[in-house]
Amino acid sequence: MSSIPLSVFLVLALILFCIGLYGALTKRNTVIVLISIELMLNAVNINLVAFSKYGINPGITGQVFTLFTIAVAAAEAAVGLAILIALYRNRQTVNIDEMDRLKR
Amino acid sequence: MSGELIAFFILGLIAIGGAVLMLNLSKVMHMVLALVFSFLSIAGIYVLLSAEFIAVVQVLIYSGAITIIMLFGIMLTRHNDTSEPQKAPLKNLLVLLGVVGFFLVMYFAVNNLTFGEQATDLHVDNTANIGIALFTEYVIPFELTSVLLLVALVGAIVLAKRDDEKEAEGDE
Repeated sequence: MSSIPLSVFLVLALILFCIGLYGALTKRNTVIVLISIELMLNAVNINLVAFSKYGINPGITGQVFTLFTIAVAAAEAAVGLAILIALYRNRQTVNIDEMDRLKR
Repeated sequence: MSGELIAFFILGLIAIGGAVLMLNLSKVMHMVLALVFSFLSIAGIYVLLSAEFIAVVQVLIYSGAITIIMLFGIMLTRHNDTSEPQKAPLKNLLVLLGVVGFFLVMYFAVNNLTFGEQATDLHVDNTANIGIALFTEYVIPFELTSVLLLVALVGAIVLAKRDDEKEAEGDE
């Protein structure tokens, strides 16, 4: 039996999620926005693993779904970076404010 | 105070400290390196939650692969520019208010949340149990994940490939 209550893990994940959300909404550099999204996904993974130990039906399922989340996050990072490089080649910028081609 | 709790506080402090440093540093390269501390201490938190296999995967994928990918992204674009000074303080303030509101709502929702029982045998044959669950119960999501990774690989190559005909027509 572990002495740490469930809620401290959830609060830690919540703090990391809020930091990632603030970074994703305010940062100008697109690479940093992608990194902030990775941080938010990490916070969600902490929640999944915590619930797989402390949840209503504790079991291995949460850990399996964490593996799926990590795989999807890796794919998202690769595709996001490819889009970023294609945009940089066309527009010579990584500033997210100047990526407004859909608005014009 | 048990050793487990002390380990949790140290790891949580490093995780939050790395994330806050990521927000406050000025050079993009330093931001990514600060986040490696966050990812590594999150791996330690997985060990505390008796998920050893997830911890190793976290170290391999996040602090290894994704960090390297992001460093490549910075180096292939303009890497030495610092992130520009914020031009819209009002927008930042509104975003901060929204995030703090979200934090407060979720905090009061999860504070003192407890379900009573907890799993005690997750650390016994952790990797073997994950493999058994993956290949019996979740084999279709597993195969779908492999298809997704293949599609992402092909899509990334197609997107990042240099368009030779277009570049021959003229610069930009």
